Order: sequence, then structure tokens, then C-alpha cells
Amino acid sequence: MTARIGVVTFPGSLDDRDARRAVQRAGAQPVELWHDQASLRGVDAVILPGGFSYGDYLRCGAIARFAPVMGQIVEAASVGLPVLGICNGFQILCEAHLLPGALARNAGLHFVTRDITIRIENDTSAWTRQYRTGQDIRVVLKSGEGAYMADPQTLASIEANGQVLARYASGNPNGSQRDIAGVVSEAGNVAGLMPHPEHAIDELTGPSEDGLGFFASVLQAVAIP
Amino acid sequence: MSHDVFAAAPPVSAAQDTVADAVATPGREQPFAALGLTAEEYARIAGILGRRPTDAELAIYSVMWSEHCSYKSSRKHLRQFAEKAPATNVLLAGIGQNAGVVDVGQGYAVTFKIESHNHPSYVEPFQGAATGVGGIVRDILAMGARPVAVMDALRFGPADAADTGRVLPGVVGGISFYGNCLGLPNIGGELAFDPCYAGNPLVNALCVGVLRHSDLKLAAATGPGNQVILFGSRTGPDGIGGASVLASASFGGAGEGAKRPSVQVGDPFMEKLLIECCLELYQAGLVVGIQDLGAAGVACATTELAAGGGTGMRVSLDSVPLRDASLGPAEILMSESQERMMAIVEPERVAAFLDICAKWDVPATVIGEVTDTGRLEMTWHKEQVVDIPPGSAADAGPVYDRPARRPASQDELIAASPALLPLPRSGPDLRADLLLLLGSPDGGDKAWVTEQYDRYVRGDTVLAMPHDAGLLRIDAETGLGVALATDGNGRYCQLDPYVGTQLALAEAYRNVAVTGARPLAVTNCLNFGSPEDPAVMWQFTEAVRGLADACQQLGIPVTGGNVSFYNQTGGTPIQPTPVVGVLGVHDDVRRRVGSGFSTEGASIVLLGETRAEFGGSLWAWLRHGHLGGRPPAVDLEAERALASLLATAVARGLIVAAHDLSDGGLALALAESCLSGGTGCVVRPPADAATFLFSESAARTVVAVRPGAAEDFLVACEQAGVPAEVIGTTGGSDLELAGLFSVPLDELAEAHRAALATLFA
Repeated sequence: MTARIGVVTFPGSLDDRDARRAVQRAGAQPVELWHDQASLRGVDAVILPGGFSYGDYLRCGAIARFAPVMGQIVEAASVGLPVLGICNGFQILCEAHLLPGALARNAGLHFVTRDITIRIENDTSAWTRQYRTGQDIRVVLKSGEGAYMADPQTLASIEANGQVLARYASGNPNGSQRDIAGVVSEAGNVAGLMPHPEHAIDELTGPSEDGLGFFASVLQAVAIP
Repeated sequence: MSHDVFAAAPPVSAAQDTVADAVATPGREQPFAALGLTAEEYARIAGILGRRPTDAELAIYSVMWSEHCSYKSSRKHLRQFAEKAPATNVLLAGIGQNAGVVDVGQGYAVTFKIESHNHPSYVEPFQGAATGVGGIVRDILAMGARPVAVMDALRFGPADAADTGRVLPGVVGGISFYGNCLGLPNIGGELAFDPCYAGNPLVNALCVGVLRHSDLKLAAATGPGNQVILFGSRTGPDGIGGASVLASASFGGAGEGAKRPSVQVGDPFMEKLLIECCLELYQAGLVVGIQDLGAAGVACATTELAAGGGTGMRVSLDSVPLRDASLGPAEILMSESQERMMAIVEPERVAAFLDICAKWDVPATVIGEVTDTGRLEMTWHKEQVVDIPPGSAADAGPVYDRPARRPASQDELIAASPALLPLPRSGPDLRADLLLLLGSPDGGDKAWVTEQYDRYVRGDTVLAMPHDAGLLRIDAETGLGVALATDGNGRYCQLDPYVGTQLALAEAYRNVAVTGARPLAVTNCLNFGSPEDPAVMWQFTEAVRGLADACQQLGIPVTGGNVSFYNQTGGTPIQPTPVVGVLGVHDDVRRRVGSGFSTEGASIVLLGETRAEFGGSLWAWLRHGHLGGRPPAVDLEAERALASLLATAVARGLIVAAHDLSDGGLALALAESCLSGGTGCVVRPPADAATFLFSESAARTVVAVRPGAAEDFLVACEQAGVPAEVIGTTGGSDLELAGLFSVPLDELAEAHRAALATLFA
């Protein structure tokens, strides 16, 4: 049976269509999830896509975390549901305290769109098991508030626990601490990424096909043995 | 003559002035001049109505008859676009609609349009530019299309001028903020600098949308009894009189502060909701007619919908949801609050309509209904405040035949030929001039700007900056796509507005062609000084005539456009700057060709004929501060042959890179191709290397031929009648002009990058 992967649409979500396309290209079935319905429709994994949910008003992700669908996601994540937040989705996961740290305004104060290289730091999570640690992949960064920040204790602990998922490897584009581009929960099922793997699934429309590995990884993770 | 008199904010009275009052007090003085109307225009309104207008009616006429909305100075000339239109079967909707709609095959249609937001962007760069994007996106949405991409054509004063440091980052930030939040990829545009734009930058925004043929929507209120629904943001006091006061008068200098409240404030989040909401409403078949609210707000939407439907309309202004309860009827009519649309809906479908709006959290209110009276009637506090024939405001505005006179100074300009300028001869001099161009703000890397724009969202962007054209995939199965480019060159147009405008068209046409697309249709944004200056009017008439003639010859119709007058500071107009956008259809975007050299060992072929043409060139301007003589000659048959050759070569897979030659000539094109593809080249120059490198002869392209395909390609060139010369080979990590000079790509890249990056933080 094909895995069913939910993609949440909040008001102001923008890369939801792209995330669904990536899911499909990886061989899974994308399932649309609507922000104000407290149902996950029985999906095997969930993606929170990029965009400007609720206009990023108040603070990126601060309003989205209270959407009815988020209650279900927090609950399911606590029992192992794989969840990936991309860009705005990463911000929402931090606001929802499913991931440590926070995303602040880029160091240069401008929105940055750039093809970048990131280095995979953890190849055991639900979303990265098809990569190997140390592997460099080419993806797209496009964000205005992408600087990863956490207090020193949190940074030390996520480093010690292997919770740094990926680091910027072609220069630090936004002032993220320790070049952190993505983090993962202690249990390894909830991941947040500031760059966009869903925009690197086809050389026609992106810098590479390297991003497909995130979606293929979760297929492997949710496969019934 | 400038319009300093308009510099004050318009005195709009919130007090009630009913139709009955207008009849009872025929002699009451009204502030028509402050609203931008002449005494003759005011008298004409009274003639139409058979009485003086009410304050609310005066508000409607003042904005609808403004230059910005009525095209009163340009209309007479713009007719040529229809009169000279080539026979075509690709146009599904043309001039006069919110945007032209073009059949691109396989049941798909594309709608696109470019519009100016120059004056607001000078007063308040961030919001002015942001709302410029918002406005053009709603125009596209109103045609029934999903907006799929934006582009922007920008012109500023000298890059190192202090005020450019205020205006440019604000404009770019505003476009970035609004477009990125909307989820529309920004796929290209232009950025140019000249002192003439120092007090009047140009901010032209283009949007393109895709629809199925059957989804086409028109702005017509048909079916008496149908309901009029206003939806989107609430109406506030922002932008009141923007069309009449800001967009239709020159900046006088002292009055700038008073215009500040005329700029609107944008909320892209609401616009994103509005887009999704509209598309769902269209899908559900709930919309009879639709119009966006842009310049002139409710006044424009109601008059145009009623006039478009040949009907009447009854509207209760009390029903308009307000952000500021103190607004009166005239202000409600003139408000340019953003993110609003007006739809005509059958009564039995209103509930379903409101349900979809509620799903998207979009406020929606029934404010009136369509009638068969042929009158636009509006009430306020139960009293009638408007009763006019809608067509008199929407379509029957004054039309002026402004005097146009070629200025005597034009002869001096042409006489100042660049033939006397000393050309670089030695290797080091040629090298220095290449780096001068490449390191200038005009020739430099635009990444400081374009990195602030999301070009990836929606996942269908095949080419974007720094390529010559933006290329979008429309259908993933078949590979059908569209290419878009905008071009304009104020220096060429200053020297000869007729030829300069044709060169802008030719360049955009060529930019679309280098991707392998077939040019199909044209839009334009005509940026000029005051139409009351006969010299400006001459430039304008020449530009329009040039564009209409060239479109006729190339067989591609003008589908719509925008005129922006009064771009001047005091009495000094900007260089005439028509910006021309060309849309092309690409049969299979998987075969697209970009501008970068990324293959080693490919033959480099220069297509087209190079003559010593330096008039208006970037080299003459940057090296010698010279602007004079004649612009490069136009040869539209050569452009057509070149475009057709490129389409064939791309379809046959003969070429791996193609880059248009324009300002900066071959020198800049080679450097850009090396940098964007990351591969160097060795080129063998002829004896006159300066002309070879820096001339700006039109109808030229440099291509890299797929290794092994050179013979086939040269045969194809001969068959197409396109002059072709093998000038070198790609490879290595230097740009080398054999026997003259060599520049390592690292050095090129640094000069290119530093051009803007060192000026803006």
C-alpha cells in the first residue's frame, strides 16, 4: 500500500502545492489537510509547508501553532508520527515546542533566495535515512527569518544528542548559530528545515534532485515491515 | 507646465450633498480644480447631468476622468494598436479589458499586463512598490486566471546618489515583501540607472496568469436583479485621490509632503486569501462578472461594471464595510484601499458565495444590485447621492488631442555623433572598458536585488534571472510553457523615440526567442513626462507609432498596457521610457536553453550583423558620459529570422546556450554567459575589436553550439538567412580575447558582484 503523507494548508501557506508534488514524485500519496479541521485523515506522516501562515503576523508561526489541526499533530508526534516542517513549517514547529530553538530575522535583514549546499549531520532520522552523515546536498533557501537561535544549553544538548539535522556548507546565509539549517526531535521523528528540499526534486525547476531523499526517507520510515 | 496646484490634498467634504441638494443649490461652489478637473470638464459634467454634480458624483468623475483612469491624452494615439493590429487568432480578450488574454494552445490561455506605480514608489518606496504588485495581480485575477508569476522593471537615479539609497532598497523590499507573501515567483525584469530618474523612479510591475479558455471572466454587470458583492479588505481612508492627484500630476518639489496620505498600504496576506477565494468562487461557477478595485476604487468598479454590462446599478454606500467610520460617500468612492474585489452574483447563489468567502476568512458584503435603468444610483443614509449614466464616467471621458512638437534640441542631440569618440585599441584598454561596463550598476550583477525575490515558489519556474527571459511551465505532462521578457531603453528613446521603442520591442522579442519560445503577444507600460509639454507629447506619439508599426510587422498584437504621464521633476521630464513586455509560447520547456556557458568545447557563434553603432550605447555613456547620435538601426525582418532560427535550433537540440546582445554589446554578453554558466571562453576578435565588443547593433545573439552540431547549425543559419560567424570556443576559467587580453572568471565575478553589493547593504 502506498504511504499517505499529509500536507497542511494554513491561510497563507505557499509551498503546499510544491510539497505535495515532491511527495508524489517520491512515490507516496499526498493528502490535503486543512488548518481548521482537527483531523489527520489517517495519514502516515505530515508536512508543514513553507509560506507565510496567517501573514506571519505577530511572529512567524505564532498563530499557526494554535490552529485546530496542530493539536492533532502535537499529539500524534508524541507517539512517533513523522512530521517535517519546512521554512515556515519549521517556525511553526518551534513555536509549538515540538522542536528546540527559534528562527530570527536574517542577519542581513533581507529576504534571501539562493541555491545552497547543506551537509547532512544525522542520517538516522525519519526524514534523512536515505542520506549519509557528511553528505552534501544542493537545495534552495528562500526566507527572511531563517536565523536559527537557541540558548547555549540547548545548543550544547542538541549537538550532544545528534539533533542537528543539517548545516549550511556553502557559507552561512542568514546568521544561524553553528550554521544550523535543520534540527530534529530527540526521538528522531519531528524535523525542521529552513531550506526547501521540495524545490530540489527536478533539475528542470530546481538546482538538483537532491531534496527527494527527505521524502523517500519517510516512505522508508513508515513502511510496514 | 506642472500641476503644482494639485499638490495639496484634495478637500473632500464628508458632509452630505444629495441629488436633491444639487438641484436646489445649482450655484454652490465645488472644489473641482483641487480634484484635478478643468473648468471645461466640470461644465461638461453639468451638461451630462443637467445639473451640478453632487460631491459624490464629482468624486466619481474626478477620478474616472483623471489621466490615470481615462487615458484622455493618450487615447487618440493608442487606437493605433487596434487599427494596426496584425491578423491573429490568438487573442481571446484584448485592449480595454483588465488584461489581454492569449490562447497558448492545449486549451490554455495566458493573461498578462504591466502597470506603473511610479509616483507612489517615490513618495513611499516600500508601500508604493508593494501595492503596485498587488494591483497588477488583481487585474490578472479579475480575468478568471490564477496569477502564476510577477516581474518588475525598475529605473532609478544614479546608484550612488543618496536618495537612491532610500528609494531602491525600499522599492525592492516592497516588491519582495508583497510578491513573496503572495506566493508568486518573481521571474525577471530590469534594473537601470540614469540621473533622469533621480526625482522620479520608474516602478513597473508585470503579472502573468493562466486559465482554461472556459474560465475567462469579464468585467460586466449583467442580469438585472443580480447582486453586487464587495469583498476583501474593509474600506479605509488610504489612497484617496491617488489616481487623480498623485498619478496624474507632476511632482512639484514643495508639495511632496502633502501627497503622502495618497499612498495606499498593502496587506499581501489578505490578497493571498483573495486569490484562493476567487479561484474557488470561479470553480464553483458563482460569478457572473468581476472587477478588481484599483485606482479609483468603488467609483471605478461600479461605473465600469455597469457600463460593461450595458445595465444600471443601485448601490447602498452605507453597506460598504469601513475601517474608519468617519468616511463620507465621496471618500468611500475614491478610497484606494487595497485587496478588494467586486463581483456580480445571481441572487440564489449569494449564500454559496458568502460561504466560500467565510471559508477563506474574506469579508464579503452585498452592497447593491444590477438594474435595467441605465443609471448608476447610490444612496447614503437613505438619500440619493449619485444618479449618473455609468458610461459617461467610464467610457465617455474627455479625449484631448494635445499639441505635439519635435523639439529643436533633437537636431543637436542627433548631431552629437559618437563617431568622434576615441575607441579603445590596445588589449589593456579593451580589458579596462569591459570591466568598467561589467562593474557598473547597469552592467553589474543584480543579485543584490533578485535574491530578495522568491523565484521558486509554485515549482514551475524553468528560467528566471539572470537569464534573458523568465520561462514557466504550464503543463507538466506536455511541457507546454510561456516565456516573458520586458525591455526598454531610455537613452535610445531620447535619441529617437520611434526607433527606440521598436528596439525595446525587438529586444524583448529576442529575449523570449533565445529560450526557444515563439513570441506571441505584447504588453506595454509607457512612461513619459507631462503630456502638456509638446516635446513630451511628440516623444509619446512617436513611441506609440513605432510600437504599433513594429507589432504589425512582426505579427504580434498589443493586448493591453498602461500609460504613465507626468514623470518629471519640475519642468524636466524623464527620458521617454516605454517598457515593452513580450509573451512567447514554448512547446516543450524541457528543451529550454539558458544563457550560461556550462559546456566545455562548444563553438561560440555570433548571430546577426555587427556595425559600428554606439549612439545611446552603455559604453558611450559610461566611458565618455556621451549621449548623442542615432540609436542602433532596427531591422524587424532580421529579428524575425533570428527568432525563427532560434526556435528551430532549440527544438532540434543544436544549441546549449543563447544570450541576447543588447546594452554593453558582445562584451557584456560574453562575460555574463561565462559567469552564469561557470565556464570561460576563448574568442578570436577581428581587427576592430572595440566595435566587435561594445557596439550595440540589434538583431544579434551569441550562442554556444552543442559539440558535434556546429555544421548542422551553420546550415540552419544559412537557410534562415541569419549571418553567423564562429568566433570562439567555450572552456577554461578565463574570458580570453585571443591576442588582446584575458580576465580570470574570479576577477570578472568580483567586479560584477561588487557593482551593486558595495553600494547597498
